[in-house]
Amino acid sequence: MSESVEEYLEAIYNFNEKGELAKNQNLSERLRVSPPSVTEMIKKLADEGLVTYEPYKGVLLTGKGTARAQKIVRKHRLLERFLHDTLGLKMEKVHEEACKLEHSISDEAAAALCDNLKSPMTCPDDGKPIPACTLETKDCMECKSAREVEGGKFKLLTQLSHLRPGEHGKVAFVRGGRSASRRIMDMGLCPGTSFRVENAAPFNGPIQISIRDTSLALGRELAETVFVEVESGATTISHFHTPIVV
Amino acid sequence: MVGLAGNANVGKSVVFNQLTGLHQHVGNWPGKTVKKAEGTLVYGGYTIDVVDLPGIYSLSTYGLEEMVSREYIVVEHPDAIVNVVDASSLERNLFFTTQLMELEPHLIIALNQMDTAEKKGIRVNIERLSDLLNAPVVPMTATKNVGLMELMAEVVKLHEKQTPPVKPLSFGPEIEGVISKLAEDASSVETPYPHKWVAVKLLEGDEEMESISYKQMPQLRASVEEARRRIEGIHGHDATSALTSERYVVASRIASDVTTIVEPKRSRLANLEEASSNRVLGYVIMTLVVLGMFFSVFTFGDYVSRLLGQGFNILESAYYAAAGSGPLPSFIWNGLAGGLIAGTTIALPFIVPFYLALSLMEDSGYLARVAFLMDSLMHKIGLHGKGFIPMMLGFGCNVPAILGSNIMETERERLICAFVSSLVPCAARSIVIMGIVATYLGIGPAAALYLIDFILIFILGRIAFKTLPGEPVGLIMEMPAYKLPSAKITAQRTWFRLKDFVYEAFPIMVVGNLVIYLANALGLLNVAGWVLSPVTVLWLGLPVATGVVLIFGVLRKELTLILLASIMGTTNFALILTPAQMFVFAFVVMLYVPCVATIAVLAKEFGARKAALISVIEIFVAVSLGGIIFRILSLLGIH
Repeated sequence: MSESVEEYLEAIYNFNEKGELAKNQNLSERLRVSPPSVTEMIKKLADEGLVTYEPYKGVLLTGKGTARAQKIVRKHRLLERFLHDTLGLKMEKVHEEACKLEHSISDEAAAALCDNLKSPMTCPDDGKPIPACTLETKDCMECKSAREVEGGKFKLLTQLSHLRPGEHGKVAFVRGGRSASRRIMDMGLCPGTSFRVENAAPFNGPIQISIRDTSLALGRELAETVFVEVESGATTISHFHTPIVV
Repeated sequence: MVGLAGNANVGKSVVFNQLTGLHQHVGNWPGKTVKKAEGTLVYGGYTIDVVDLPGIYSLSTYGLEEMVSREYIVVEHPDAIVNVVDASSLERNLFFTTQLMELEPHLIIALNQMDTAEKKGIRVNIERLSDLLNAPVVPMTATKNVGLMELMAEVVKLHEKQTPPVKPLSFGPEIEGVISKLAEDASSVETPYPHKWVAVKLLEGDEEMESISYKQMPQLRASVEEARRRIEGIHGHDATSALTSERYVVASRIASDVTTIVEPKRSRLANLEEASSNRVLGYVIMTLVVLGMFFSVFTFGDYVSRLLGQGFNILESAYYAAAGSGPLPSFIWNGLAGGLIAGTTIALPFIVPFYLALSLMEDSGYLARVAFLMDSLMHKIGLHGKGFIPMMLGFGCNVPAILGSNIMETERERLICAFVSSLVPCAARSIVIMGIVATYLGIGPAAALYLIDFILIFILGRIAFKTLPGEPVGLIMEMPAYKLPSAKITAQRTWFRLKDFVYEAFPIMVVGNLVIYLANALGLLNVAGWVLSPVTVLWLGLPVATGVVLIFGVLRKELTLILLASIMGTTNFALILTPAQMFVFAFVVMLYVPCVATIAVLAKEFGARKAALISVIEIFVAVSLGGIIFRILSLLGIH
């Protein structure tokens, strides 16, 4: 994946994370490129099934796009932590520095960095959450041993909650409390099972998937604990979830 | 004795109702709050006792339902376990079957919903399934009463032939090896469960099995850990996921072996399914359905309630004309029959249509869509989507709302749901708010009361959510395909729920009524009025007479209005209460305690202690906030 694709995905992720669609103009400002080249790139990303685009509204990452973006955003934010906390770089400097380093650091080094920094939850400059690691471990305790045993399996994974209606996925592992993850697996979401996202309720509501010939509704907080491999691109943008404050 | 086991939504309770008809009763499992439905039928010269086990997806111990089911199977040794299986989604259902088989019961598979499967174009090879599972399989469509006689014939056959129990299916060879080794190590542990099952549960980290086994054999822990490591080595996942996956592999293999898909045709209902969970249209449809349900239950209930009230009034005058006036006839009518009459006129007219509506929504599969759409909003008060239905019904009457809260999965969720539902202003409370506040102070203050109530529901709901022990349960449920509910099944379900309510709640209402009647006759109520006066007069700033009124209000809340008028001798409340007093009085009536019928169902569902606790909390909240509101109003210059 080219560096500029990664930059775009990262930028779009930053907007989507706040519950906003990434607008062409915002992307052009953030990435310092001309609006026409943004349009061109978005078309390319959409063709690859990484984003969905609605004219005049903006861009939304698909599950596949989110998986790629999270990987790079995770590295970026870990690097920021390292540059600031360990090396003592000034806050204003860390972002730019991390932007350069994020493309060259390996998955394994990033995992080691995370471990070394004692698994930080947020990045230093604006307190945004660091995306969860996609190693097949139940928690951070297991991380080190998992890396030692098998060299760690860094798949392109994301949480089920990021998949859009129409996307297909395959369960990789379920993280979280014992009884919650058991319940999820007993309902058929055990490692290796393929599914399709059918529908998602608005306002961060549950996600409906079809799996094993039946239809299941999964609350968003549970969907966040299910790590999946995205199998194919999305179709529509009509199910964007705007968080509301009640 | 026969136990019915199976997933939720497979028509297990329909099978149960069809089999046992009117000969059933619902109680609790000994020492547990889980419902136990039991019934009897006579077939082939045998009297067969049927137990309907809870609808579950697994036999692990994360809930009481699972615990109760597995204990029943191994401890009570029923003559047969009938596993009700949905033919239209075999794979998921067989996952549970594989777990049942590990308990080695006398198993019969009731392959239900054959009609739905046929519509979906799924054909099941019955003989093949029976061979693979090594257990009899009976195809049936319980809603149409097809196959039930054959099922009972199988039960009798199983009993007469002394067929041995089923043997568990095998996992993959490597894992099977690890399990048998561990089962051998654990063979001297004394439990009623089969050794292999104990081994599997130990591998899964089942808390109950761990505590039993490790107490007897502490050295077993090492073997379990060793076995887990080996499974992880083979499978690449931890033992629990590995075993769950393996089970699904087995279930999936059998399912695909025995089914052939003929023509997957799209049903007309599929379009409706899509529309009703659509992000825009879904909410429109839901609002219409819920409002429609609410208004029809409410208007019908109100109409019938009034009609019954008038009927009883006529009866009352006829009774006094015949029996003459005097303390004894009055005692019989007001003291003894009063509770019964109140229950019949207030509770039943609302409960019957509510149960009917709830059964319809449940049987058609719509309830799952409502839960799907309302999940995120209900999370704000610590419940998930399903809790919306009972709360909504609380506006009509709290009683069905609390009964409805048993659609939640865990005891904790049920209790939170019932608690917040008991705070929803029911029709009777609305009468008081409308009759006093809206009439004399205008619609604004009345709306303010509702608003305060909603805020309190939110705050108290959150507090309950935070303080009650236990993990919150996220929403995970099957979305059943829509189907047309059958009139007979719906009527049956409504009738059983109603019977249950009448038997349990009416006695409490009658006794409650009697106690208050006697207290009044002995003059204790006036004393109580004076005893309460520090609270009512000094703290809440209300007239002394309201003490007695509030005590009577426990019977039925709209009674406060009638009683206040009769004690004060006028229906013009502006003459006897200041605006501030009206507001405070309506506020206290709205919250101070659930009415006796509500307390009765709370006690029935959650036990007397929790019912008392909820009542005390609500009295406390109503009185303390009532006093504060009184003082705020005084400060604002409103008297």
